[in-house]
Amino acid sequence: MTTLGSKTAAPRSVTGWRSAQAKRAIITVLGWSVALVIFFPIFWMILTGFKTETAAIADPTLIFSPTLESYQAVHERSGYARFALNSVAVAFGSTFFALLIAIPCAYAMAFLPTKRTKGTLLWMLSTKMLPSVGVLVPIYLIFRDVGLLDTRTGLIIVYTLMNLPIVVWMLYTFFKDMPKDILEAGRMDGASTLQEVFFLLLPLTLPGIASTGLLSVILSWNEAFWSLNLTTSNAAPLTAYIASFSSPEGLFWAKLSAASTMAIAPILILGWMTQKQMVRGLTFGAVK
Amino acid sequence: MNKTRASGRTVGGLRTLALQAPAVTLLLLWMIVPLGMTLWFSFQYYNLLMPDMTGFAGVENYEYLLTDPALWAAMGNTLLLVGWVLAITVVGGTLLAVLFQQEFAGRGIARVLAISPFFVMPTVSALVWKNMMMHPSNGVLSWLFESVGLPALDWFSALPLTSIVIIVAWQWLPFALLILLTAMQSLDEDQVEAARMDGAGPIAIFFFITLPHLRRAISVVIMIEMIFLLTIFAEIFVTTSGGPGLATTNLAYLIYIRALLDFDVGTASAGGVIAIILANIVAIFLVRMVAKNLED
Repeated sequence: MTTLGSKTAAPRSVTGWRSAQAKRAIITVLGWSVALVIFFPIFWMILTGFKTETAAIADPTLIFSPTLESYQAVHERSGYARFALNSVAVAFGSTFFALLIAIPCAYAMAFLPTKRTKGTLLWMLSTKMLPSVGVLVPIYLIFRDVGLLDTRTGLIIVYTLMNLPIVVWMLYTFFKDMPKDILEAGRMDGASTLQEVFFLLLPLTLPGIASTGLLSVILSWNEAFWSLNLTTSNAAPLTAYIASFSSPEGLFWAKLSAASTMAIAPILILGWMTQKQMVRGLTFGAVK
Repeated sequence: MNKTRASGRTVGGLRTLALQAPAVTLLLLWMIVPLGMTLWFSFQYYNLLMPDMTGFAGVENYEYLLTDPALWAAMGNTLLLVGWVLAITVVGGTLLAVLFQQEFAGRGIARVLAISPFFVMPTVSALVWKNMMMHPSNGVLSWLFESVGLPALDWFSALPLTSIVIIVAWQWLPFALLILLTAMQSLDEDQVEAARMDGAGPIAIFFFITLPHLRRAISVVIMIEMIFLLTIFAEIFVTTSGGPGLATTNLAYLIYIRALLDFDVGTASAGGVIAIILANIVAIFLVRMVAKNLED
């Protein structure tokens, strides 16, 4: 969390101090109430995961005897691990390839800019504006014809390309922020380009590369348009698995909650850790 | 050293080109190929259920689509969905950013809780809301309504589009908050202090200092949200499947129905072209703004 905050004016008198205290109390209550209301559905889902199916649909209460039976059921009966593995493979696979392709590109744009660099960057941004639903039909047909439907490889390809513009942009803003003097000094000391990249650039920009990678993992993990349309069972990641709970037959709220909690927990934690850098990536550097 | 510097321009240019080539080529393919195919299909007779009927259709697919009441219903729903979610998230996000900018005990944790919904995958948020929150007999909202003497509401049949708006707004409010809170960090505290010394109240400060400061960030939020909201799909897919009737069918869902349920590739592609045109109108403004930012 940032440490920047508003400085409050020095209280002028006791009554001034009192009203400042009252204001502070109101803001504390308000801030926490809003936060808890917004977070409530997630909190309730986590709680419901520890209930029995009967308790899950009973009147809302905080008092119940927690059980792990839903977690057990999700693991044993629905093969949760397979879907989780698909999510991990697809999210990390696509991130790996996106970084591999984007790092040289962003490096060139930041350190060896030409007249066309700006135009290229903006064009990349504009490919991100292409609505996925507009190209659903051709991608589906291509995937059908080359046998990529319902494969991890297919999803990895789509997600790599889907996230590539964001990854290039974010890396570019990080590389751009790097002090040029350090590279210059290294060059003066006789460092070759390779040495420059491996001993100066990579260590210095590792935090930036890491947070770019995390953003890409988060976006791929939560992507639900392509995963719902391009996979059925073999390569279905967690987004598609959770969607299978939408069938109207029977209510399995506790199992839905247990599966959902497991599906979102890792990303929620990653998101909390990288929220500041995410702003950079999500707004293409327009808000820092 | 100096020699390479002198000729560095062309050498650098070549190297730049080579390093950018993979990314640029792949993105170019990713854009041109499907785009070209969508355009091509949109002028063809192409229905997977009627393999005999092929060939150039002229603008027939567009005609068929544009005279289909479902398209106009879907356009209306898309506009309502985007409009309402934008209104809620931008106004709410701005107010919350101001609130979470104030110092209070546990502010860090409260902020983290408030931005959390943004990291929840769409299928999970939609199903948690549909079942545990909005279920007519067992949902938390029904229980709340009944405990204050109101009749329980069957959200998805009585107010289907409103229900979708609530779910989507819940996901995107944290996004607006996150971006605007970041933008707040660069607000000049001295300016606020000076205004306060001159006797400006908190409301005046909000309207004359905070809001103008956030203007740019707010427009970024509006445009990025618009691009994503125009093609909301998963939330509708797992809750209402576009129904009842066409009540929650937006453009994205209509294209999905035409393409993967009706197998009418031609009409679906025409719909795709319309979606691309709509998104591009928004995109032009966003790209312009980012371009301006790139110059500073």
